[in-house]
Amino acid sequence: MTVPKDIPDKWFPLVLPLKRKKQKAVNGVKSTKKRTEEERRVRANDREYNEKFQYASNCIMTSKYNIVTFLPVNLFEQFQEVANTYFLFLLILQLIPQISSLSWFTTIVPLALVLSITAVKDATDDYFRHKSDNQVNNRQSQVLIRGSLQNEKWMNVRVGDIIKLENNQFVAADLLLLSSSEPHGLCYIETAELDGESNMKVRQSVPVTSALGDPNNLASFDGEVVCEPPNNKLDRFCGTLYWRDKKYTLTNQNMLLRGCVLRNTEACYGLVIFAGPDSKLMQNSGRTKFKRTSIDRLMNTLVLWIFGFLVCMGVILAVGNAVWEREVGSLFQSYLPWDPPVDNFMFSAFLSFWSYVIILNTVVPISLYVSVEVIRLGHSYFINWDKQMFCSQCNTPAEARTTTLNEELGQVEYIFSDKTGTLTQNIMSFNKCSINGQTYGEGTDPLGPQPKVKVDFTPFNPLADPNFCFYDDTLLESVKVGDTHTHKFFRLLSLCHTVMSEEKSEGELFYKAQSPDESALVTAARNFGFVFRSRTPGTITTTEMGRPVTYTLLAILDFNNIRKRMSVIVRNPEGRICLYCKGADTVLLERLHPSNQELMNITSDHLNEYAADGLRTLALAYRDLSEDEWETWSESHRCADKAASCREDRLAAAYEQIEQDMMLLGATAIEDKLQEGVQETIAVLSLANIKIWVLTGDKQETAVNIGYSCKMLTDDMTDVFIISGHTVQSVRQELGRAKQRMIDLSRTRDGEKEEEMAGGFMENGFKEVQEGDGGGGKQLQCPPPSAPAPPSNLMDNISGEFALVINGHSLAHALEADMETEFVSTACACKAVICCRVTPLQKAQVVELIKKHKKAVTLAIGDGANDVSMIKSAHIGVGISGQEGIQAVLASDYSFSQFRFLQRLLLVHGRWSYLRMCRFLCYFFYKNFAFTMVHFWFGFFCGFSAQTVYDQYFITLYNIVYTSLPVLAMGIFDQDVPDQRSLEYPKLYEPGQLNLLFNKREFFICIAQGIYTSVVLFFVPCAVLSNATQSTGVPLADYQTFAVTTATALVIVVSVQIALDTGFWTVINHVFVWGSLGLYFTIMFALHSQTLFKIFPNQFHFVGSAQSTLLQPVVWLTIALATAICIVPVLAFRFLKVDLKPQLSDTVRYTQLVRQKKRKPVGRSVGGAWCGVGSVSEGRLGARGSRRSGYAFAHQEGFGELITSGKNMRLSSLALANFASRHSSTWIDTLRRKKHSYAHTPPSASGESSPAPSCVSVSVPPLSSSSSVLGGTQDISIEEERGAAPVQNTQAVAASPTQTPPTLASASEEAAPQALNAGVLTPAAVRAHGGDSPGGWTVTLGTVQEALFGWKTRTIASNSPDPPSVAKETSQIE
Amino acid sequence: MVDVPEVPLMGKVKGKSGPLARRPDNSAFKQQRLPAWSPMLTANTVLPFFYLMSLICMLLGVWLLLTVQSTQEIKLDYTEAGTCDICFEKRKNSSNAAQPCSCTLVFPIKKALKGDVFFYYGLQNFHQNLRRYMDSRDDGQMVGRKKNLKDQNGLPIAPCGAVANSIFNDSFILTYHGSSGPSVLVPLLRKGIAWYTDKNVKYRNPNNDNMTLVQAFEGTAQPLYWQKPVYELDPLDPTNNGFINDDLIIWMREAAFPNFKKLYGVLYRANQPFTKGLPAGNYTINISYNFPVQYFQGRKEVVLTTLTWFGGQNHFLPVAYLVTSCLTLLMAVILTVAWWKFGKNGKRMEE
Repeated sequence: MTVPKDIPDKWFPLVLPLKRKKQKAVNGVKSTKKRTEEERRVRANDREYNEKFQYASNCIMTSKYNIVTFLPVNLFEQFQEVANTYFLFLLILQLIPQISSLSWFTTIVPLALVLSITAVKDATDDYFRHKSDNQVNNRQSQVLIRGSLQNEKWMNVRVGDIIKLENNQFVAADLLLLSSSEPHGLCYIETAELDGESNMKVRQSVPVTSALGDPNNLASFDGEVVCEPPNNKLDRFCGTLYWRDKKYTLTNQNMLLRGCVLRNTEACYGLVIFAGPDSKLMQNSGRTKFKRTSIDRLMNTLVLWIFGFLVCMGVILAVGNAVWEREVGSLFQSYLPWDPPVDNFMFSAFLSFWSYVIILNTVVPISLYVSVEVIRLGHSYFINWDKQMFCSQCNTPAEARTTTLNEELGQVEYIFSDKTGTLTQNIMSFNKCSINGQTYGEGTDPLGPQPKVKVDFTPFNPLADPNFCFYDDTLLESVKVGDTHTHKFFRLLSLCHTVMSEEKSEGELFYKAQSPDESALVTAARNFGFVFRSRTPGTITTTEMGRPVTYTLLAILDFNNIRKRMSVIVRNPEGRICLYCKGADTVLLERLHPSNQELMNITSDHLNEYAADGLRTLALAYRDLSEDEWETWSESHRCADKAASCREDRLAAAYEQIEQDMMLLGATAIEDKLQEGVQETIAVLSLANIKIWVLTGDKQETAVNIGYSCKMLTDDMTDVFIISGHTVQSVRQELGRAKQRMIDLSRTRDGEKEEEMAGGFMENGFKEVQEGDGGGGKQLQCPPPSAPAPPSNLMDNISGEFALVINGHSLAHALEADMETEFVSTACACKAVICCRVTPLQKAQVVELIKKHKKAVTLAIGDGANDVSMIKSAHIGVGISGQEGIQAVLASDYSFSQFRFLQRLLLVHGRWSYLRMCRFLCYFFYKNFAFTMVHFWFGFFCGFSAQTVYDQYFITLYNIVYTSLPVLAMGIFDQDVPDQRSLEYPKLYEPGQLNLLFNKREFFICIAQGIYTSVVLFFVPCAVLSNATQSTGVPLADYQTFAVTTATALVIVVSVQIALDTGFWTVINHVFVWGSLGLYFTIMFALHSQTLFKIFPNQFHFVGSAQSTLLQPVVWLTIALATAICIVPVLAFRFLKVDLKPQLSDTVRYTQLVRQKKRKPVGRSVGGAWCGVGSVSEGRLGARGSRRSGYAFAHQEGFGELITSGKNMRLSSLALANFASRHSSTWIDTLRRKKHSYAHTPPSASGESSPAPSCVSVSVPPLSSSSSVLGGTQDISIEEERGAAPVQNTQAVAASPTQTPPTLASASEEAAPQALNAGVLTPAAVRAHGGDSPGGWTVTLGTVQEALFGWKTRTIASNSPDPPSVAKETSQIE
Repeated sequence: MVDVPEVPLMGKVKGKSGPLARRPDNSAFKQQRLPAWSPMLTANTVLPFFYLMSLICMLLGVWLLLTVQSTQEIKLDYTEAGTCDICFEKRKNSSNAAQPCSCTLVFPIKKALKGDVFFYYGLQNFHQNLRRYMDSRDDGQMVGRKKNLKDQNGLPIAPCGAVANSIFNDSFILTYHGSSGPSVLVPLLRKGIAWYTDKNVKYRNPNNDNMTLVQAFEGTAQPLYWQKPVYELDPLDPTNNGFINDDLIIWMREAAFPNFKKLYGVLYRANQPFTKGLPAGNYTINISYNFPVQYFQGRKEVVLTTLTWFGGQNHFLPVAYLVTSCLTLLMAVILTVAWWKFGKNGKRMEE
């Protein structure tokens, strides 16, 4: 019972074309069908039925060629390149005898070489694609065929098959989840490969199918799915399942997409809906935009110009030919009659034009493109090989994923960086704390030689997390001693949070926190002896100093943006009620009891210290509540909670009411760990005049905090503007105000500038850059500060340091067409720009904006899926291969694992690449002009007859053999200054940004030099040889001697020139330069040898020329003279340039030379001003900082509700199993049982002892918070969410009559019709319904923010059964 | 392509494992730390170089100039000179091409030409360097391989092509009229004056092992403008006939420029009074004037010259060297001044 395999694997490469054709045909059909294919119909377990539609199979095909088709297809592709076609055209021209001024092989040899190099590269690429396709297609999956599971290759899976997935397996195709081993048909997936989000997501099957369970039932499943046609929307699926005459709505929640990995789920079954090329993954992996560098574009323009120049020369020479033929040639006809088709001089001129086009074609160098590719490839390998960009922790070397952008790395002006995972490690560490006025933690004396001793917690606390680091054991002592404040402090940390715990085995605790900050705090408490063990919706179990304690959780006063704090109210085993609160110091310190004044002062000093260190601070406080207070408050809270209108406000008011008169406990300081070397990197990059913009989805406080800690923002900044308007007007106003202030301030500053320059300006390492070379007299000579711009554009010469912080809403307005110019001008005048709360799309928009308005090279760096759009739209995309999946890396052009490698990538590799490429291009154009233009001059002496100066073999080999290797070696290996210097002197990066090394001006200089050389090379031998004779009396003026002399002079001159251009003579350069010269002479002697002539007398006319020419002293004197005349002016010019207008690189080189000679480290002090940047800024850490406190977490509101509802508690986890053993059943089971036995139990039956915490709520779509906004405009995403919400709500409504939390309900069949009925209800109706009845459900649409950052549709049960009562009921059942 | 993270785009997956498995090799090449020499244009190197360069050019120039001064050259344009104007007129009409015409040119040599004296004929405005002119030759034929380019009768022309067809066919007899004694015919060596490779490799007669040349060239036609077949080019020396005739070989070595001279003969110095060269006195050249130049407004000339190691008289090279030397010196001075007065690099850095 095997499915017939249509193709054995070993034939795979051979049969692929057939398959491919078939597939193409299918695709072709589909592409025509696509317009008509409105929907897809798939019937489970029915291949015959599904085959009717000819859906694509699961075989993917990313390779382009196979053995048979490779040659024609590849050649066809290559000849689509204009350059190649041009040379083909030349080749055809050369076959016309009247035109052919060169043999056919002069063109075909280089062309064939170029084509074959490209073909080899393409073939290698395709081979890897074949390999990977093969590997993917041959993965095994279990397919349910006629009731039994069979192993099948992925490529043989068909639409409509049911396949079984096991834990940690890749999903083979886009599946409809039918059932899983977990209860309620839940399963967990990791979508890192798909969207880059590393967190786990939950998928749930449709209730009816989740009941099917085992393969036997599934084999008889014959439901039919009708859904949308294949598309690339990852977060959207719309379909209907028809089974047993019933309809079930399908959403993205039911889908497992190809590329995901099944996690924490034993097994699940799915129905293949989209396979292979139709799957969303493949639909998404569209062709990435081909990026071209600015040099590429310039090169193309220049090649066009050269082409125009070529035509001009052709025309000039053709006119010359016409004149000559008329005046002279006609007289000469007795010796040389015109060829038959030519009957007048005009026609002769016409032919002469084409002949000259052939001869002069070498000005458009055929090997240019291929050489450029080779050089870039070399540079890419150097990036891959760079040991200093290898991260040993994650075993990741840097990778140049695109080989075509290297030199653009040397021209970057704007860097757009993601924050989380890029600048920061996204690891929070509990660093310091202040308890009752006493500060603990490392770094109390930063100057002292304090050996960092990690506190060892294990002897004290077996439950401690071994990974936790803390360096101050006085705190542990204080805990051991039993200091009450310290105990209270950590008790608060162990209770006041929304973390979930998982205990795999005894003592092995895993915390799952919504934000890493919370996890850090709870882990700190854990290590200091207050171990949070587990929670239920109504209790928190901890182990305090080794003693298990269970607190009753009375209420969670959840966090939100306005409150900036969260509290819990717990009852300890002794029955005392206490409120624990943690929050931003700004809000919390206001709500303290007056008696705290003194402590508050000390603590806020500590807070200031922490904030100045860039730590995230939280203040902690508690309040003991009496039973009465609690009672009254809980009553008012209940009222507020039930309120039909303004519920949020009233709740907030209620919270406010109880969070008063608190006692301060202390403060915590958490370090949002920056990636290694971020500060230094940013400092160095900004010294290199690269502007860094941080674009983050994070909140403003967080972003600003990070801005400070990575020294993008400093307290020395003149001003930091925060744009946070919500309307167009307010944003415009704020921008205008910022701009005005900048202008004002810079005016006043300009006045003070002189004093400041003289004064203590050195304190700020950054300012020097801004002001050009101020300060130290010892400073290196660097290019003078750019001349002040004309006053017409005030924004261009803003002095002083400003920073701009703008958030998402304002950005949306600022990006509108009428405001964008203003925004750009304001933002670009700022030293640092931070955009927070931005969507992925906005990130891309910002990048596009700068690209459009600034004409600058942009680089985007990020690590997550939300950075993909930015990475793709920037000139250069860099992916950080971190924890957040590989999506960003896949979209990127370069990838490495640490932000700090960016400085090496740009300042070392990018700079070198740019320099090498520029030098290469300059020289390349030079040598070709010097080579070709000689023909032009010769035209005037040979009657414009298109006679070449050189031997045809020389013409053939000049570009590909005689001169290619030295220039390639220079293009690959050249260095002007060593890598450490380019990091020490970031200013060296500037020429690239200003595009100084290769632009149109430089190009014309090269061309002029080339033409000059050609003039010398023609006229000097011409003048010498026309009269000279050999020492035997034989005249030297014969054509062959002249050709050999000129060619030799040319090769020598260009070799001397490359020797001058090469700044870094490695062995390879020596070998190539000398080797090329040697090769020239060897080949020439070989070609002029008697042996070859005897075999092909018609091909080797030059027999004996080399020998008889090069033995003549006159010839060598001529060559020497020509070389001297060519090189001396160049040398003088270069020397003057270095001497009078030295570039920084020249100076650095010189310094190094002097240093090497003197053998003593004099230069260090010179470089000191530049090197010391890091330390200078380091030293200022202690400066008074503005207080930046923050509950600035990636915290989301509403998590407390989720906890108390118990929804997010994992069912299969051992933690809950433990809990279940203690409580006899899991809470969920309880609920389920309750559903059956107590279907209509009044909710508040539990009475006095456990007053229902009314904040308990049920989040209906338990899975929806994972929706990510990928691609698509935000409007669309809102629309989509709106579309999705009603569906979920209708389920809720359908379930409400039975008081069943709908996600738990294994939707019984009688519920289904109701669900269908409810399906017609509009959201409004649902809302109304919910508002009316106390047992109903309220739909709260999130705020706009939520709309942007992941939607949450919460349905809150105001009177749902409260957990404690459930527990009771459970025990009753037992 | 998103589906295959396993296959890196570039580079190879190595078999090693462990945390540093993918660590790049620490080789000087891969880390771009190859030992290298980075030269720099500093005043210490560039300025001495310029002075040295200037000096060398100067010395070379002076030396060459002195050498060139020691050579003598006599150039005679005989296109219309002497009695040749008659022949010049005669050759204007191509119908007279077959009629022989000779003329005489008288000239004095005031100072004896010492050493080897070389006799050249020169042509001006004759384009041997036209592409089609040069392409029309067939080296395959000249090496004795094949016979091609049929004429009207279907016979292959030997030697074929415009180059051979337009061979320079004037001949000269130089006579010395000493102040005392009778006129002496100046003996000229007409053989062994071509490139060795031309004479021995490039030009071969068709298989003439046991055939006479006439037999070998049987079935070929002579070029259109030729008066006699290729195997009768040198009536005196039978081994100098066919394709290996020196005059033919020399003519076939095309000149690079429209004005050129080609070697006609070398003074044979075995007998008096020519053992030391050409003595001073009067000379006449008897010219068999065959080559028409008026079609292309050309000129014909005869050149007599002595040589040094360096070749014939050639003033351009020494002058060019001297000029280059002066310019380099000027540049060196300017550079020195610029470096001394305005230079920013050297001095400030060294302080």
